[in-house]
Amino acid sequence: MSEFIIKNGHVFDPVQGIKGDKKDIAVKDGKIVDKVGSGAKVIDAKDKTVMAGALEIHAHVAGPKVNAGRWYRPEDKHFDSHKTAGITRIEGGKSIPTVFKTGYEYARMGFTFAMEAAMPPLYARHVHEEIHDTPIIDEAALPVFGNNWFILEYLKNQEIENTAAYIAWILRQTKGYGVKCVNPGGTEAWAWGLNCLTIHDPVPYFDITPGEIIKGLIEANEYLGLPHSMHLHQNDLGNPGNYKTTLDSLKLAEGIKPKNNFGREQVLHSTHLQFHSYKGTNWGDFESGAKEVMDYVNRQKNLTIDTGNVTLDETTTMTADGPFEHHLHGLNHLKWFNVDVELETAAGIVPFIYDPSNAVFCCQWAVGLEIPLYAKDPMRCFITTDHPNAGPFTRYPRVYSWLMSKKVRDELLNGFKKADKVIGATNLANMDREITLYELAAMTRAGPAKALGLAKDYGGLAPGMNADIAIYNINPDKFPSTGPEIEKAFAQVACLFKDGKICVEDGKVVDMGHKKTFWVDAKVNENKQVMHDIKEKFLRYYSINENNYPVPESYAPHQHIIAVDATQ
Amino acid sequence: MRPSEVKKMNTITLTVKKTPELFLECEHVNPDAFAGKTPDQIAKLGAYQGKEISTLGEYFTVAGEAGATAADTKIVINGDCTKMKYIGAKMTAGEVVVNSTCDMYTGSWMSGGKLLVKGNVHSFCGLAMKGGEFTVEGNAGNYLGAAYRGDWRGMSGGILRVKGNAGSDVATFMTGGELIVEGNVDIHIGTHMEGGRIVVKGNANRRVAGQMVKGEVYVFGAINVMMPGFKKIGETELEVDGTKARFTEYTGDMGERHPTRKGVPVYGRLYMKN
Amino acid sequence: MPKEVTDVICPFCGTLCDDLVVSVSDDNKTILGVKNACAIGAEKFNHQRMPGRVKRPRMRQADGTYKEITYDEAIDWTAKMLVKSRKTLMYGWASTSCQAMSIGHEIAEKVGGIVDNCATVCHGSSLIAIEDVGVPSCTLGEVKNRADRVIFWGCNPAHAHPRHMSRYSIFPRGFFTVKGHKGRKIYAIDCRYTDTAKCADEFIQVQQGYDYELLNAFRTAARGEWLPDTVGGVPKEKIIEIVEDLKTARFGIIFFGMGLTHTMGRNHNIDIAINLTRDMNDFTKFAIMAMRGHWNVTGSGQVLGWQYGFPYAVDLSRRDQARHQTGETTSVDLLNRNEVEACFYIATDPGAHFPVDAMISSSRKPTVCIDPHINCTTEISDIHIPVALVGVEVGGCAYRMDNVPIETRKVVDPPEGVLTDEELLTKINHRVDELLAKGGA
Repeated sequence: MSEFIIKNGHVFDPVQGIKGDKKDIAVKDGKIVDKVGSGAKVIDAKDKTVMAGALEIHAHVAGPKVNAGRWYRPEDKHFDSHKTAGITRIEGGKSIPTVFKTGYEYARMGFTFAMEAAMPPLYARHVHEEIHDTPIIDEAALPVFGNNWFILEYLKNQEIENTAAYIAWILRQTKGYGVKCVNPGGTEAWAWGLNCLTIHDPVPYFDITPGEIIKGLIEANEYLGLPHSMHLHQNDLGNPGNYKTTLDSLKLAEGIKPKNNFGREQVLHSTHLQFHSYKGTNWGDFESGAKEVMDYVNRQKNLTIDTGNVTLDETTTMTADGPFEHHLHGLNHLKWFNVDVELETAAGIVPFIYDPSNAVFCCQWAVGLEIPLYAKDPMRCFITTDHPNAGPFTRYPRVYSWLMSKKVRDELLNGFKKADKVIGATNLANMDREITLYELAAMTRAGPAKALGLAKDYGGLAPGMNADIAIYNINPDKFPSTGPEIEKAFAQVACLFKDGKICVEDGKVVDMGHKKTFWVDAKVNENKQVMHDIKEKFLRYYSINENNYPVPESYAPHQHIIAVDATQ
Repeated sequence: MRPSEVKKMNTITLTVKKTPELFLECEHVNPDAFAGKTPDQIAKLGAYQGKEISTLGEYFTVAGEAGATAADTKIVINGDCTKMKYIGAKMTAGEVVVNSTCDMYTGSWMSGGKLLVKGNVHSFCGLAMKGGEFTVEGNAGNYLGAAYRGDWRGMSGGILRVKGNAGSDVATFMTGGELIVEGNVDIHIGTHMEGGRIVVKGNANRRVAGQMVKGEVYVFGAINVMMPGFKKIGETELEVDGTKARFTEYTGDMGERHPTRKGVPVYGRLYMKN
Repeated sequence: MPKEVTDVICPFCGTLCDDLVVSVSDDNKTILGVKNACAIGAEKFNHQRMPGRVKRPRMRQADGTYKEITYDEAIDWTAKMLVKSRKTLMYGWASTSCQAMSIGHEIAEKVGGIVDNCATVCHGSSLIAIEDVGVPSCTLGEVKNRADRVIFWGCNPAHAHPRHMSRYSIFPRGFFTVKGHKGRKIYAIDCRYTDTAKCADEFIQVQQGYDYELLNAFRTAARGEWLPDTVGGVPKEKIIEIVEDLKTARFGIIFFGMGLTHTMGRNHNIDIAINLTRDMNDFTKFAIMAMRGHWNVTGSGQVLGWQYGFPYAVDLSRRDQARHQTGETTSVDLLNRNEVEACFYIATDPGAHFPVDAMISSSRKPTVCIDPHINCTTEISDIHIPVALVGVEVGGCAYRMDNVPIETRKVVDPPEGVLTDEELLTKINHRVDELLAKGGA
């Protein structure tokens, strides 16, 4: 059965500007089409909300640090491992789900794509093994470049062409999607126990600044014309007063124009902005810097951001910002996992409890909500929890409930033990805005797809686009009024189409689909210098041979390869 | 307490009628699961042996009457429970008396009520106890009153008493409550403690309170090898679990981090009876 | 003409050297020689051509002899055993590929197995410690490029990981370590003077069973607190001297092995060594790494990790949940307590490594052993199913001791008709499906 007609649903599609009108969506052979024959299976979407499948633009779901987080936290699965009857495998893990649970839970929430936010190139095979085992959803992974020795050396000499050639080589070796930059320079400093907290702090030995790294990577990304922009996790994450470093970093994108054939309009994507929008000088006078940061973001059309919402749960922090994790461990004394990766990056993991009786964590929660509520353009502001850092992705429905209902979020805000302190240090109490379903569709579908360079086929419901469709039990005319009702509606789709096949029905997984690994193959001119440097470094500094570095084809049996020609 | 004040408990008596070939997972054998149920309903409660789902009624005869709530429910178990796991686990109230040795997870995650085992218990018993009273008249295995794997939250409340000996890894990551072993313990007790009180009336072998952050350990008998991180600071008269004596006092573990109060570190304490 | 296969990954130990060069006969059937491998690794490749290779499954007869049976018969017998048993130990995995493990887990979930790997008798203690306190670690290339203090505590790479010292830990000249071993200070801390100690700058002899106390003393010294005169036979002046030296390191690394995992306290020894490393990070940069033994025990931990959330001793016996409790769901405990009804061994030899009582218990249960060779386990199993040598006759992913994944290569064909682990497990999986569909559950 490959022809379907989804009838009478309320469609929310920013790609076509449809704001809840009743419209039929026709599906044939994996695509959305203008119309189908009378034999098409009818899916009744009356009184339901129809959107494209959502795209997760930044989550830690596949790879060595995610897995270290899993196996070093048996307690995360304690009394939390289960299997629903049917075709699914055993699922487990509250803050770091197993790969089976990851795929099923995203699909149950109406997601059809997830981007693994940070792939250490040396460990790329691991990332792809996990992507392979994650059911239903399409996935891609962003290799990290911000502390890579090749990058540090080329950018020090301002060799953009060499930088681009190396990036293209890495994308091919690792089946990577784009350019991720985490705590630029600071994680290389961390290999000596140090850090870079501003964009001016030089990296030990390499003597380049984070600002130069950020600028250089943006330029190299545009030189290549990649589908996604440079994707940045700024320096000084999580510290009071860090909004200044954030603004300094974002300003580096000023004046740079996007160059690509994918409809992408941003040159810089700033991730989990909540963690980077703090005013104050210490935890005592800690304050929200969301307004200052969003005033800037709103003015700069060539930026996109994602929120990084704190969900006030026990969760696990994990990031390539190695020094930050060491610092966090010093604060909460919980078990600390760290790996420094030769020539490339590092990762740290520390469990974290965002206790709602603590004023600082509640302020972080508020900042995370202020950011999208301040955002003027929902096509440039996406909702994430930096899973699992600020909270598990399974809490997205709860985050939506806070954004879509002032009543729901105020109830929580006013009920905090230290409500007065939280209200005094943040702006949230005075914000009346409620995100609409149309805006939500922009923030979770159309926007991320466009930012990732996938707008042609994903994130919308126009004929010709891929039939990744989510149908929710939400009647826009009778929008649920309580938090739990909103959550329930978004947590269990009525129906999920993936590539034109029904994979989830009434919240139950009924088909594993045919997931694909997305990656970008960028063709560059032959670059003898870079090839020589690669050979040299493998011979002298890496601990594996160059020929054992690439990810074999068998690890990604179904590939969606996006070709880019950067030879002009 | 005057007789008229003794709480009237409805009692369910389980008598073992068949020993499992492997081990029976008795996670429904506790006052919370039995409360409000008839003996027939209790007999139908599930019990796993490997992948085979059986019922309690297959292995026990069920007689008597359960209370309406856990607090009103008493369970008496007769017969050989050596191969029964999870008896009394997660109970929040009520009483359980087992006239037999039990296997693993007896009384684990309990938060209230009274559990009495008139026999030995195996390993992983009383894990992460939150409250209530758990008494073992015989010996206990390893990991008594410890935290679950990977969890930094161990025993936090209640009173756990073993009249015989206990094994190793007792009370790891303890944060509160009181654990008393009247006999000897093996190695590694109170490892990573951050609170609570351990009393060992027999000998404590080695590695006592290793990596202790905070809390109190009292040892009446001998310690074969002292941890280097324990510094003698003096002697003191104390009454500990009914025994008045002179104890040598140590602070430690000096190789570990410690919280501060008003800028002054708060150490863990080890007391050895003179 | 013989040909040379380069960049071959050695499937023996956790060092996972990937620079082997193997000469292979023209017809792809015989290995003629190996370059760059250590003696143990070379033997793994060279013995491929030795006569006496078992090429078909064998079934134990009533009189104790073995009779050849077909793969189909072996697969059918195995599937029936798995479907019938209420709780099956599925142990080993450390010498096969991640791709094979994945299929094995599917089977375990369907039949109610407990999946355990060789860490259970090896670095399981380390995994327990990491579960409790985390671990500050790094990749082996970081050691090569940065380390100027290297401590081998309770391990002997000269014997167990022969090329470790030349590839990573003592001799190589890296980016920031151009002087090679002359720019590093090497400590060996052990209860006896090992061949590794011979390569060290300083050897510290610790009284056997006193590592935990000595590590406690190191941590206490690092905090400047009072120490007793000696700890584990080491004078306090020496302890303080070493700690002060470590604080001046630019990048220190502790490698450890069975000396910590298998002496009194086991996981606690590693726990406190990790905490010492953690403490040293308050002064400088320090990392710690377990010298994993098998070439893919780490891989088994990874696959179990992403599929179930635990690194070993994964109890899937209820088929609808995954549970983990070392001491309960670990192989030796399950066998000692007679808690399983059948045994399924793959890519391992518990007969050689497990305590005798555990193997006596195992021998009384229906048992299948999957291994290229006759070994101590096959001779007490009901069925022995031979398979291709992974990393020699079939490729597959492996994880090094620092968790770096490397895809091993196929260098020669397996013997005619011999299945690979993946092929065999796939067939067992299908047969199990057939039996379950017929109501064999």
